[in-house]
Amino acid sequence: MTDASAPLGRRTWKRPPLIANPMLRWALVVGAAAYLAVALGTTEVNWGRVWEGLPRGKKFLLAFAPPDFASRWDAILDGILESLWMTAVSTVIGILLSVPIALGAARNIAPLPVYYFCRAIIAGSRSFQEVILAIFFVKLFGFGPFAGVVTLSVATIGFFAKLLAEDIEDMDPTQAEAVRATGGGWFQWLNYAIQPQVLPRFIGLSLYRLDINFRESAIVGIVGGGGIGATLNTAFDRYEFDSAAAILIIIIAIVMCVEYTSGYVRKWVQ
Amino acid sequence: MPTVVQDDTKIWQRRDRKRQLTVWAGWFFGTFIFVYCFKLISDKTTWFFVTDAGRQAADLGSRMMPPEWGYMNDLWRPLWDTINIATLGTLIAIVIAVPVAFLAARNTTPSIAFVRPIALLIIVSSRSINSLIWALLLVAIVGPGVFAGIIAIGLRSIGFVAKLLYEAIEEIDEKQVEAITATGASGPQRLSFGIVPQILPAFAGITVFRWDINIRESTVLGLVGAGGIGLELNAKIMELGWSSVSVILLAILATVVVSEWVSAKVRHAII
Repeated sequence: MTDASAPLGRRTWKRPPLIANPMLRWALVVGAAAYLAVALGTTEVNWGRVWEGLPRGKKFLLAFAPPDFASRWDAILDGILESLWMTAVSTVIGILLSVPIALGAARNIAPLPVYYFCRAIIAGSRSFQEVILAIFFVKLFGFGPFAGVVTLSVATIGFFAKLLAEDIEDMDPTQAEAVRATGGGWFQWLNYAIQPQVLPRFIGLSLYRLDINFRESAIVGIVGGGGIGATLNTAFDRYEFDSAAAILIIIIAIVMCVEYTSGYVRKWVQ
Repeated sequence: MPTVVQDDTKIWQRRDRKRQLTVWAGWFFGTFIFVYCFKLISDKTTWFFVTDAGRQAADLGSRMMPPEWGYMNDLWRPLWDTINIATLGTLIAIVIAVPVAFLAARNTTPSIAFVRPIALLIIVSSRSINSLIWALLLVAIVGPGVFAGIIAIGLRSIGFVAKLLYEAIEEIDEKQVEAITATGASGPQRLSFGIVPQILPAFAGITVFRWDINIRESTVLGLVGAGGIGLELNAKIMELGWSSVSVILLAILATVVVSEWVSAKVRHAII
């Protein structure tokens, strides 16, 4: 950007700002500074306690070299396997529940009342964290992996149905019209016109959700929903950092595996 | 096109025989895994509690209604803490994530063989571990309170911000960087005039998006003692104050809706 008022020959270039309006720009800067001052001022930090804890933090970092897989191996294996079962079951149930809701939440194929109803279900399932849902489901269904499965299935709806509905809304309507013109019924229309168009995205989303559900299955255990979370919580509570480090390493390794595999499968599908 | 001949007429089929078998085997295998896993879970479930759930839900519902609105006055401070945890945590994450992203992007990393894998490992470790687990760890280390929450949100967000940012850096238009290089610019100048302007809108979008997610996540950090409104939620659930719990849930819902609205507005303005 050139400054036209400067005498010719001495014009200098200035970088254009991100926010063009200077009033808005300065208002944002001042507002951010004021917020930071107030926020930092009102945040109570017990520095003494933090200072006291630092050696413990060092102990945690040292626990990674080497992590202790052996002494709690039975509990860890049990928790990890339970997490994996929960992941598989809840992803399948969640997707089965999501598909009809996604069809209802796609504006181009659902009538308006159905659309609003399905969108309301999605919004409801999206607004609460898994952990909050888990607290209530543990209360209703008792401790154990079943409550965790219900939690993850419900949470899957909010994610999966929303993204699938958006993909259905983005589909090519001419293909759907063509199938309809051959005299296909509603289910044939779904199966031959819509399903092939959204299938690649469907598979991609399923794998992505599988990955998320595994990560989340590690935390529903903290409130009693089964899985590795309970083991991890106990390890932290007892300051058994070397066992905790082992669990974290296993979680990271599995997540990496799932991510790598799903990336490979997605490439293969498309 | 796969067809099958029957009585001298060709009938269209969606898939040929080999593909049909593959699909069938896939379904069989998938169903097997599902049923097997479900059985294992079912063995660990006390089905009496599950069948009893309807009555429990009705009981809980009657205890939660009507919400005890007066309790809202005690919630402003925890809500403020929650927002601070999310915002300050996001700021910490940005400060660390930006250099990590530049080290992880193929086109800006100083060494693909050595530095990039380390940066990617930082990103994966941070992303794989939920903020609640980070919070558990930090509460054990630095003690309960807002500080543990801020750091937990920060650590969790590094991976997210850095991952999306390094993908944005890898997708930049190299010609612009080349043009800047051709003027004789040094390394930092190339970064500041060639790369940064190209990724700035993406960066702003990612930050606001993560802030929105962090608001959601910071509402539950209190469950493990890391400050914010989750602390109140945990306390009220412990003392079975269900009519207060419903107020807290509504407050969380309102906060989440507002933050989502703000984030959508800002992202819309940027893009």
